[in-house]
Amino acid sequence: MKLSTIIIKRFSKNKLAVTGFCTVLFLLLTALLAPFISPYDPTTIDINNILSPPAKNHIFGTDELGRDVLSRMMWGSRISLQVGFMAVGIAILIGIIVGALAGYYGGIVDSILMRFVDIMLTIPTLFLILAVIAIVEPSITVIMVVIGITSWMGIARLIRAEFLTLKERDFVLGAKSSGAGNTRIIFRHVLPNALAPVFVTATFRIAGAILLESGLSFLGLGVQPPTPSWGNILTSGKDNIEIAWWLSFYPGIAILMAALSYNLVGEGLRDALDPRLWGAEEE
Amino acid sequence: MGIIDVIDLKKYFPVKRKAFAKQEWLKAVDGITFSIKDGAVFALVGESGSGKSTVARLILRLSLPTSGSIVFQGDDIQKLRRDSLLQFRKSVQIIFQDPFASLNPRMTVFDTISEPLKIHKIVNKTDLKDRVISLLESVGLQADILNRYPHEFSGGQRQRICIARALAVSPKILVADEPLSALDVSIQAQILNILQGLQKQSNISFLFISHDLRVVQYFSDEVAVMYLGKIVEHAGTNDLFSRPFHPYTVELLSSAPRIKPDGRKREILKGDVPSPIDIPPGCPFHPRCPKRFDPCDRIMPELKETKGRFVSCHLY
Repeated sequence: MKLSTIIIKRFSKNKLAVTGFCTVLFLLLTALLAPFISPYDPTTIDINNILSPPAKNHIFGTDELGRDVLSRMMWGSRISLQVGFMAVGIAILIGIIVGALAGYYGGIVDSILMRFVDIMLTIPTLFLILAVIAIVEPSITVIMVVIGITSWMGIARLIRAEFLTLKERDFVLGAKSSGAGNTRIIFRHVLPNALAPVFVTATFRIAGAILLESGLSFLGLGVQPPTPSWGNILTSGKDNIEIAWWLSFYPGIAILMAALSYNLVGEGLRDALDPRLWGAEEE
Repeated sequence: MGIIDVIDLKKYFPVKRKAFAKQEWLKAVDGITFSIKDGAVFALVGESGSGKSTVARLILRLSLPTSGSIVFQGDDIQKLRRDSLLQFRKSVQIIFQDPFASLNPRMTVFDTISEPLKIHKIVNKTDLKDRVISLLESVGLQADILNRYPHEFSGGQRQRICIARALAVSPKILVADEPLSALDVSIQAQILNILQGLQKQSNISFLFISHDLRVVQYFSDEVAVMYLGKIVEHAGTNDLFSRPFHPYTVELLSSAPRIKPDGRKREILKGDVPSPIDIPPGCPFHPRCPKRFDPCDRIMPELKETKGRFVSCHLY
């Protein structure tokens, strides 16, 4: 049996994780299909229907400009997920490169790279983002890149630690004594075995990035209106919270669902990928 | 001159220094010299921490010695670069102790065994699969396991896969670092038979590292006994087992369990091996030696030739 089969089997036994996975899938599908399934255009203003409560024609109601909240949320999920995935993708890429170099080569390379990581860690992410946004016009790309380049340090440390232990393992030494070069050892032997914990943190971090983006957009520093994002729908919800609860409630639930489901998937993955628990499953 | 000559090999590891203290060294291997003859089995025995595995790693050039040299086919292996290093890697292979740690869990049996063949471009693509299958068969495994992963095998099967991988490049020397100690006794015999078969058929030289004296007696041609990074006695297997000279060897042999106890009182070693960071002055064995006398705690005995063997003891 392939390893992946075992992992899938173990993952599917965890009911919470499967629930989380289904939610993630649902959110992804909604985001992908938003142009086809959203009932209204997310930016079309309808003066006659300002702040109308949830009803048949507007299931989640409308906002202060008469825009359909459900449609805005569907389009907003594209932004939120895009930011989540891209930001984490950037973080993983940088993290793997830095961590692998530091862990594999050790010595002075390790010292320099890890001191750089320490320096990066002393800068509070949110303030760095705020500083960058104060200089650069906030756009989705800017936010993705900024979140990415401020959150790779944990992954770098993780990868470095994995490399440090793996490079002394017998199978790596065996490959080395078979004449395998550094490239082959890193990409064939060490990296594939170091990735499992990265997948796990990646899922957790997607949730974190979605929250961060929502937070920034809520503060008006993220995705700029009229482009919808869960965060900036909440902003308009905050302004009208006494008269239009649906404006804050639905995007809030969406953010909660996204963050929760990614965390559940992450936890499920962590347990499924733990090699100490394999084997025990066979009996 | 043997196929590989180890000359005054030393490997010291720096001990993490406390503030203002002077640098201390862990002397894992402290000036050992031996040579492995072509086609012979050379055994290194000793307690845990005597430096056996460090010697293995040095011989494979997985770490570099503090001083001394390892000469393979006329070249110091420390000076090998690129092509000559690759050639050396092709000639010396290793089998590790723990078969659960020595196979990449994310590579199939085929990938694992074919890797050295690809690195050294030994066979072309079309013959690759046939070659891997014949290697598997030489260690008693079937071709149907090619696409399976290490976690699906038992320790003995994994050790066979490791042997097949080591054999892929037709090495001249096989370093076996306690290849049996992680296995069940019944499996130990099977693996030992495979190793012995190889040695007879392909004339591979072995550096056989073990603390299992029965296996060493059965398998090896020459034995060197290590204690705290030094060789204390080095002799032909029959000589050493029939009449050990060094008090440490005597005690080591007498501590090995026998199938038929002969009623002789067993001399059990007292005390622990001293720390290799703080090796006792004089003979390193003197604090535990039952036969110590005047010079033992002051003068380090040299390894000198006596009656066709090498012993480092003031008694001889």
